[in-house]
Amino acid sequence: MGNFLVWVIWLLAAAACLGSGLAVVSLRTPFFAALALIGNLGAHAVLFLLASAEFVAAAQVLVYAGAVMVMFLFVIAYLGDRSETEGPFTAGPSWLAWSAIVAATALLVEVVVVIGLKAGDGLADEATVDRSFGTPAEIGRLFLTDHLLAFEITSIVLLVAAIGGVILGTRSRAEDEEEAAHARA
Amino acid sequence: MLGPDVAWYLIVAAFLFAIGTAGVLLRRSPLIVLLSLEIMLNAANLALIAFARLHGDHAGQIFALAVMAVAASEVVVGLGLIVAIARRKLDLDVDRLRVLRG
Repeated sequence: MGNFLVWVIWLLAAAACLGSGLAVVSLRTPFFAALALIGNLGAHAVLFLLASAEFVAAAQVLVYAGAVMVMFLFVIAYLGDRSETEGPFTAGPSWLAWSAIVAATALLVEVVVVIGLKAGDGLADEATVDRSFGTPAEIGRLFLTDHLLAFEITSIVLLVAAIGGVILGTRSRAEDEEEAAHARA
Repeated sequence: MLGPDVAWYLIVAAFLFAIGTAGVLLRRSPLIVLLSLEIMLNAANLALIAFARLHGDHAGQIFALAVMAVAASEVVVGLGLIVAIARRKLDLDVDRLRVLRG
């Protein structure tokens, strides 16, 4: 019974994942696409939870679907309505659009073939894990012991990104002068 | 583990990665290109977590968290660039943005 319930939840989450992914790619308004991506990230979190990655699922909802997507929506609201006036297929299917789809399909086939060839047999026998697998306590302990270097590098990456964001966001003096000249003219 | 085994997770991850690739290649708005990139990163995360479960090893989950941090940084820089482009009153269209020079 428990197994059946997990299957049902898993299938719902996977369908939500793929459906909202397609919505992100096909919706014309960036605002709606961002909302679809929030749904996509939430469905991802459910899949993470079912693969016993509790802490990653929580971080996914808090950091990704929360902080990152709010920033996205904020910028979209700041930029105003930027809907694409023409979708990739408005003027009939162009060869560019078709080759993009062919490239994506080729990538899909490659990934599936490689996984099937390299890991096909080994995928069924999973390691048995105890209840502490993927809990915040376990992840936190590993971050401060075995994976300390990764943890520190991550903090530096975030610091550099914050500095980059500030530099990109600051108005340059040349830009100000240009605007003033524009206003006088 | 209860429910589907790892192969199913990997198939979903592969499909999501392909969907994200199609979005990056097809769409013109840099905002939606960034959103599609997020789908690709999350598909990779899903595969990492499925393999972490398969091997009973936490390294995959740690890697997934690092990927999330990199994705957050990427969004900050990407959105900063988009805002800078929009402030210069350039078109938000990746087909027309050909030069990086301000």
